[in-house]
Amino acid sequence: MSEATTAEAAAESPQASNALLTVTGLAKHFAVTRGIIFRHQVGAVQAVDGLDFGVTHGETLGLVGESGCGKTTTGRLLTRLLEPTSGQIVFDGNDITHLRPGRMRPLRRDIQMIFQDPYSSLNPRHTVGAIVGAPFRLQRVKTAHGTKRAVQDLLELVGLNPEHYNRYPHEFSGGQRQRIGIARTLALRPKLIVADEPVSALDVSIQAQVVNLLEDLQDELGLTYVVIAHDLSVVRHISDRVAVMYLGKIVELASSKQLYATPRHPYTVALLSAVPSPKPAARGRGQRIRLTGDVPSPLNPPPACRFHTRCWKAQGICRTTEPPLAELAPGHQVACHFPENT
Amino acid sequence: MTRAERNGAGRAMTAMARAPLRGRDPGAPDELLEVRNLHIHFPTDDGLVKAVDGLSFRVDRGHTLGIVGESGSGKSVTSLGILGLHEGTNALISGEIWLDGEELVGTTPARIRQLRGDKVAMIFQDPLSSLHPYYSVGDQIIEAYRIHNDVSRKAARRHAIERLDRVGIPQAAMRVDSYPHQLSGGMRQRAMIAMALSCDPELLIADEPTTALDVTVQAQILDLISDLQAEFGSAVIIITHDLGVVAELADDVLVMYAGKAVEYGSADDIFGRPEHPYTWGLLGSMPRLDRERAERLMPIRGTPPSLINVPSGCAFRPRCAYADLTGGRSTDEVPPLRRTAPGHLSACHLPVGERRGIWAEKIEPNL
Repeated sequence: MSEATTAEAAAESPQASNALLTVTGLAKHFAVTRGIIFRHQVGAVQAVDGLDFGVTHGETLGLVGESGCGKTTTGRLLTRLLEPTSGQIVFDGNDITHLRPGRMRPLRRDIQMIFQDPYSSLNPRHTVGAIVGAPFRLQRVKTAHGTKRAVQDLLELVGLNPEHYNRYPHEFSGGQRQRIGIARTLALRPKLIVADEPVSALDVSIQAQVVNLLEDLQDELGLTYVVIAHDLSVVRHISDRVAVMYLGKIVELASSKQLYATPRHPYTVALLSAVPSPKPAARGRGQRIRLTGDVPSPLNPPPACRFHTRCWKAQGICRTTEPPLAELAPGHQVACHFPENT
Repeated sequence: MTRAERNGAGRAMTAMARAPLRGRDPGAPDELLEVRNLHIHFPTDDGLVKAVDGLSFRVDRGHTLGIVGESGSGKSVTSLGILGLHEGTNALISGEIWLDGEELVGTTPARIRQLRGDKVAMIFQDPLSSLHPYYSVGDQIIEAYRIHNDVSRKAARRHAIERLDRVGIPQAAMRVDSYPHQLSGGMRQRAMIAMALSCDPELLIADEPTTALDVTVQAQILDLISDLQAEFGSAVIIITHDLGVVAELADDVLVMYAGKAVEYGSADDIFGRPEHPYTWGLLGSMPRLDRERAERLMPIRGTPPSLINVPSGCAFRPRCAYADLTGGRSTDEVPPLRRTAPGHLSACHLPVGERRGIWAEKIEPNL
């Protein structure tokens, strides 16, 4: 990402003082190598390629997009589970972009993650008490009435029975396991929680329970969320602001209300119109926009605007000049030469 | 209850279910599949798993039935039962499955094998694990086609290319030699559909056909299924947990809970005037894009029951917000699936008038 854009983004962010997390020009390229003895790089998967966004205290930012758009990579970069290729991540006033693991460790209390799959993210050989108590042990945090009491309080907070302290994960259903994961996340009272597809592995009725729980916890504990999801309706429900990603870039960033009422990027428009509506009367394809083909490979993304190969509005300029993420209305940023709804 | 009694009850129930549902005579020429009082139980060390427990429905030619429910409600077990795929397991199957006038429960495996792929075909959820990784997609389609049709390999290959082209795979003549891993998720699902359609089946069962796909690709596949249905006039059963997908495709909807049908009616009934508290719960649980953002979702409390220890009486009772209004009947009696309006059936102890009141006053305004 060019320096100019970075500077612009910094200047544009209105509540810079209130920002908990500021990301500028964040990129992650995974090297593709050939050869065993003479290893050489033959290409790079541009999983995330220049993201600029901020998250303010107490808000929920939704990251939405199709598989392969880089949303999970972004989540892993924010939690520093992956090393960024370039760009900057400022969390609570500290530049954490390239902190060494030892220096990062104290900050891990403040940034926690909720994982997608409640089956593989809990150690089957550990009891619930050990799982939820692990953060206290690892961070050597002393609690007023001992770890067991703290864990039981957490279990109660997420709606589980504190007496289940000594049970193992396999004794719980999917929704309950996800609650165990959330209890573990909350143990050290983090400031920022990155939730990667927190409800997509759950049944519909259980999804709603977990979504409500996340909202209640946010009100109660003043949490800040970055929620990564592919389900547009869940993202709308839970987020204050939403960033739509396509092939490693943010194509549109706006408040949830603006984005869903007046989507401006053609990709957002297509994405929204593809969601099946639970209203049989609305059936019909009059206003439907059907994208043809698949998402191109991030190994060799299309030049300039990455969406031009599937866009029905694409013209010459889309193939030669990359549209910048520009603010078209207050708080509504779009990267498109020919935005909709203007 | 003996089997004969059960069947008798099942017949009475289906007769009620079907006569008013589409306003046609039972056994009308359009009828393709009729399932009557189907039970599929699995004996295990922990007890008897009643995966499907007295299910009745019908599908007509050219129509689409959507079966909705959460995991463990028996949707997939039902579809595998229709295809005779419980053969060789310890499943206990009773009841009747009539396909085009032929009873499938108790027929020989050889006969089922003739029908499977030819008259009934299935699209599975995960195309990567249901396509064979060692064979090209073309080979797999050719194999299916040649089992049921006496044609040369060359002709079968031409047929495979034609079908791949029909389901929207670009450069089908080249793609016919691709292996599953060389195709994207959407393309793989198209190849699965091409294979399922290779013998022009009269009944197509799609078990969560789009769950593994992205939303834009999902829209393409749903369009494809409904186009192909219009073209081939086949009946479709679509099994999913996604109410949006059902609303998009289905003419009739069957809502399942713990192996039983709790509500059955036209798509307009189920989405516009649902009468079962579980259906309300499903609708209240999903955030919707077509309405104002709800302040809060209305989830169903608790979790789905174990199929070994299904609650007595109404299986939904422990999670139902209105169970107390039945005066204890829901603990003792299993509510039968009763007709409440032409073509609309639901299984609940509450008087239907009361339920309509609850829907109009408490549920619909808060969705």
